[in-house]
Amino acid sequence: MQRLSIQKFLNNKVFAYVAAGIFLIFSMLLGISIGTVSVPVPAIIKIISAKFLGFISLDSVDPMYTSIVINIRLPRVLLSGLVGAALAIAGAAFQGLLRNPLADPYTLGVSSGASVGAVLTLFFQISLPFIGPFTLPLLSIVFSFITIFLVITFARKIERSMRVETIILTGIIFSSFLGAIISLMIALTGDELRLIIGWLLGSVSMRGWEYIKIILPFFILGSVILILNGRELNSMSFGEERARHLGVNVYKRKLIILSAGSILTGAAVAVSGTIGFVGLVIPHLSRLLWGPDHKHLLPLSIITGSGFLILADLVSRIVISPTELPIGVITALIGAPVFAIILLQRKRIERSG
Amino acid sequence: MVKRMLSVQQVTGGYSGEAVLKDISFEVKQGELFGILGPNGSGKTTLLKMLSGILPIQNGRIQIKEKLLQDYKPKQLAKIIAVLSQHSSQSFAYSVKETVSLGRYAHQKGLFQTWSTQDEEIVQKVMKQVGISSFQHKNIQELSGGEKQRVFLAQALAQEPEILLLDEPTNHLDLSYQKELLDHLKQWTAQNRLTVISIFHDLNLAGLYCDRLLLLEKGTINIDHIPNEVLREERIMDVYHTNIQKHPHPKVAAPQMVLLPEVIKQENIEINEDMVHVTCDYIELKSPIPLRTMSSGVIGSGTGWHQTFVNRHVDKNYNCDDHRLEMAAFLRSKGFEPSETVGMMTAVILEDVVYQQLKLDEFSIFVLVTAGVGNAVDASRSDRHTVEVVPGTINTWIFVNGELTEEAYIQGIMTATEAKAKALHDLEVIDQVTGTIATGTSTDSILIAATQNGKLLEFAGTITPLGQLISKAVYQCTVEAIQKSCKRKP
Repeated sequence: MQRLSIQKFLNNKVFAYVAAGIFLIFSMLLGISIGTVSVPVPAIIKIISAKFLGFISLDSVDPMYTSIVINIRLPRVLLSGLVGAALAIAGAAFQGLLRNPLADPYTLGVSSGASVGAVLTLFFQISLPFIGPFTLPLLSIVFSFITIFLVITFARKIERSMRVETIILTGIIFSSFLGAIISLMIALTGDELRLIIGWLLGSVSMRGWEYIKIILPFFILGSVILILNGRELNSMSFGEERARHLGVNVYKRKLIILSAGSILTGAAVAVSGTIGFVGLVIPHLSRLLWGPDHKHLLPLSIITGSGFLILADLVSRIVISPTELPIGVITALIGAPVFAIILLQRKRIERSG
Repeated sequence: MVKRMLSVQQVTGGYSGEAVLKDISFEVKQGELFGILGPNGSGKTTLLKMLSGILPIQNGRIQIKEKLLQDYKPKQLAKIIAVLSQHSSQSFAYSVKETVSLGRYAHQKGLFQTWSTQDEEIVQKVMKQVGISSFQHKNIQELSGGEKQRVFLAQALAQEPEILLLDEPTNHLDLSYQKELLDHLKQWTAQNRLTVISIFHDLNLAGLYCDRLLLLEKGTINIDHIPNEVLREERIMDVYHTNIQKHPHPKVAAPQMVLLPEVIKQENIEINEDMVHVTCDYIELKSPIPLRTMSSGVIGSGTGWHQTFVNRHVDKNYNCDDHRLEMAAFLRSKGFEPSETVGMMTAVILEDVVYQQLKLDEFSIFVLVTAGVGNAVDASRSDRHTVEVVPGTINTWIFVNGELTEEAYIQGIMTATEAKAKALHDLEVIDQVTGTIATGTSTDSILIAATQNGKLLEFAGTITPLGQLISKAVYQCTVEAIQKSCKRKP
């Protein structure tokens, strides 16, 4: 009897991963396949197998396809996937830690910090020696780290124990202040306005493999740390006192989770700008579908988040092709109504339950 | 020797500089059920937070198993102390089992904290213990307050603690679960040597279950002692600033407190002959207010509050398997509510009832007697009688328009009994079996009822003012009633 229920439980989770995985693969194939030149799915599979596994020859595939997939579509899909994954897992972790379903990766002002870094680069047209075109993502990441450091220091100054309420308030203060700085630069800028606005709205186009190299280490580091803290997140979502009673070193874990979440957010914002709603909607959706247990919620958020952003990016470039819409607009256009429906659904469940 | 689990020495502390607790010292031994009491704001929860390590102390030492509290790592501490606090936020829809499983956090080792079969067994065991196994897959946000409370209790138990800290554990629980929880706690302290430290709001529950109580008053210890010493009327009234009365538990040697509601004093109501109504079936006395009674009637015996008093005529050969049930049915058929009624039975012709009112300056009594001496018994030789249940034949009702203490009730009964015996003696009523003078009949009943209004009458011994009235009235009424009844005899 007991065994049965465990098996059922396992199967349930296995099913969740299978479903999310299929969604991700489906999104990737779609994202690579669709565009001004349509690449057939078997060709995509062949190209990728050949490039990364190396046991299939590419003789039968059109070299144009190979070039499009390897140089343009695949890096774009991978980058949007990584950004979506980073934002989704950071959002899930922040919501759990802050016990606030309205929290998202941007709650703590990290994104505003990253944006200030990017906008400064654009505004002053900074180009650091040696790294050149990568000045913007680098400065952006540096600024996001400075921001989270300041937020935590400030929150600790207010209160040694850093209650989540204090952290949220501190985040709001920093977000507003940094937001004002960005607005100031927008107001003062002339030629760079379009660039700045375009960056702020978010985009993953024309980034290439270099940007994937920038985000990947941060993504792996942040995600692994968060996933290893799944049980602590579970405990802390019942309140810090209870987590403490259960044996969690709340203060230490809070710092670890905040830092990991900020690393993910900062890196994501640095490579793609502030893309909204992924970090808010995806954790909600995953929680609704598969339950709030962070051990599974975090990995599942990664998978669904990347799939979602790949699709959003696809939509952004095919709606009024050849012009590309900013991806942040698309995620908000899809995300806000979805979020509204989720909220309605939740209220309905609560009322009936 | 019993191990010392917790020792608190001269602890001072509170929130942000302000000391809520001052100079607190006490010890708790293994296997104790230790209760913390105190009015709102006396620092109970603050103390519990300090014991659980949530709130740092400003001064003093807290030792758990002879080791300083602050020297424990969170995980180590969680293996010894589990806490069930009043509030828990449930922001997300975890299942009951997931919630309980979190209790195993401190016991899991390694980076990936694998879930062992032992963990699973313990979780299943504690869920069974608190009766939540049946809904373990339900979402905790859908549960009622009491169910949630039990889920978090199971979570605390899953920690396999040696000390359990509880903050008003019976909150949200209905009567049966309150009892069940406390019975369980008591059982665990006795069998598993679990140490329980719990805040109580309900003094009576604390008195009933705790081995020792700590009474806090404005952040200091008023007393740390056994329940009987802590739950003293004057002390509780003083600390809680309210009116209460101590009362023994009917079954268990535990002190109980009852609240005394502030009621508007009614104008003095006097029980007198105007309230008596005699029919050939029963004598009825209906009081306008409930009276505090002590009686040996068929219905409403013992102590209680009753408003209607019925002396029912039954045939000499009345015989019934369950006379209580039959009497209750009779009362109901006559329109009386059995729970509000003291009911007696007699074979005497009810017209022969004798009653009398006697007054002193500040109080009065009203006595009503029906008497027959068909089966008179000499109490000193009652062993010669065989047991036979016949309805009582001398029924004495004493109503006091005044306030009686418990002693006065008992003394009143003694006084009335002596007066009755003397009446039988003076009338030379003979015990037919022994041939000696009888002291009463085999099934006499008595009732003392008081309005608990007006003058406080502390004693009712034979020479006290009340005792004098009782003996006089009972003696006279009994004599007259016996004489009346004898006249009817062929």
